[in-house]
Amino acid sequence: MSLLGACRWLAETRGSIALHESLYMYPLVESIHVLTLCLFVGMSVMLDLRLLGLVMRHVRASEMAERLLPWMKSGFAVMVITGALLFYAIPVRSYQNIFFRIKMITLVLAGLNAWLFQIGVRRRSAEWDLDPTPPAPARAAGAASLALWAIIIVSGRMIAYNWFDCDKQPQSNFVNWATGCMAEKRPVIPGP
Amino acid sequence: MLWPFFQWCEASAFGTMIRESPWAFAVIESVHLLGLSVIGGAVLLVDLRLLGFGLRSQRIADVARNAYPWLVGSLMVMLLTGVALFFSEPTKCYYSQAFWVKMTSLALAVLFTFTIRRRITMADETRVRPIWFKIVALVSLALWCGVGAGGRWIGFSG
Repeated sequence: MSLLGACRWLAETRGSIALHESLYMYPLVESIHVLTLCLFVGMSVMLDLRLLGLVMRHVRASEMAERLLPWMKSGFAVMVITGALLFYAIPVRSYQNIFFRIKMITLVLAGLNAWLFQIGVRRRSAEWDLDPTPPAPARAAGAASLALWAIIIVSGRMIAYNWFDCDKQPQSNFVNWATGCMAEKRPVIPGP
Repeated sequence: MLWPFFQWCEASAFGTMIRESPWAFAVIESVHLLGLSVIGGAVLLVDLRLLGFGLRSQRIADVARNAYPWLVGSLMVMLLTGVALFFSEPTKCYYSQAFWVKMTSLALAVLFTFTIRRRITMADETRVRPIWFKIVALVSLALWCGVGAGGRWIGFSG
């Protein structure tokens, strides 16, 4: 089954329809998703600013990470659960939404950035832990993280707009390709 | 008394411009959300510390002093973008309960943050009874949650 097929199947499930049509559940889940930004991205921003040497300069970077990571992890768990529920409520439209796709790709990049930081710069953190301004690779990781999460937040907000949706044609070929709407436009070939 | 003012805002060139632009509201709202994540971090870092979590081996005053510029800066971004969003739909806001919940919480939160909370966080830690740190943190969190939840709900009302 294609991904689009899987989304179509998901959209027909009872839970998806119930959440989609609910008067309060969907707005509630969305509110939790948005407000948990404060916890998850808020703590990440503070850690990134430390890596850039812009906040808590006298505190060891590792202490900052150690103390904030549990909060970031719980915040991230809430984000993933509520985010998955939001997708579950509106699978097909989300899957074919250009901003949703940008958000998912950027999420992977943010994960990659965190992983590279973990295996690279942080492993040698003993050398720079006390530096008020960490070395360039650590600063780069912090700046990249800030930029990537900003893109994730903005594209996440934009999912709500239907500017590039499949049912709003004509769109440019690029948009139709990027949103996967091409399949919709394929002419129906009569069977044998 | 406020109704004519809200109507004036709605009819203003600024309000009309945002309302009629296909993308202005979306862009301003995105910046509003970016500000939210920074102010969230700046508030939480201090409130968690007051509750004995997060950067608990650092002095409260140190954490508060470090977070302060980010708190003020992001609050400015929130207010500027918030006013712009308001101008695009003032009459809708006037009839939205969520809007008034948000404005009331916001006024209280700002007042509390820059008076009592600032005093407590900057005070000599040994001379304040620990329970006060916790009370201040909980009041601060409750007020800012009111602002956030009210704000999100404006979008669902009307």
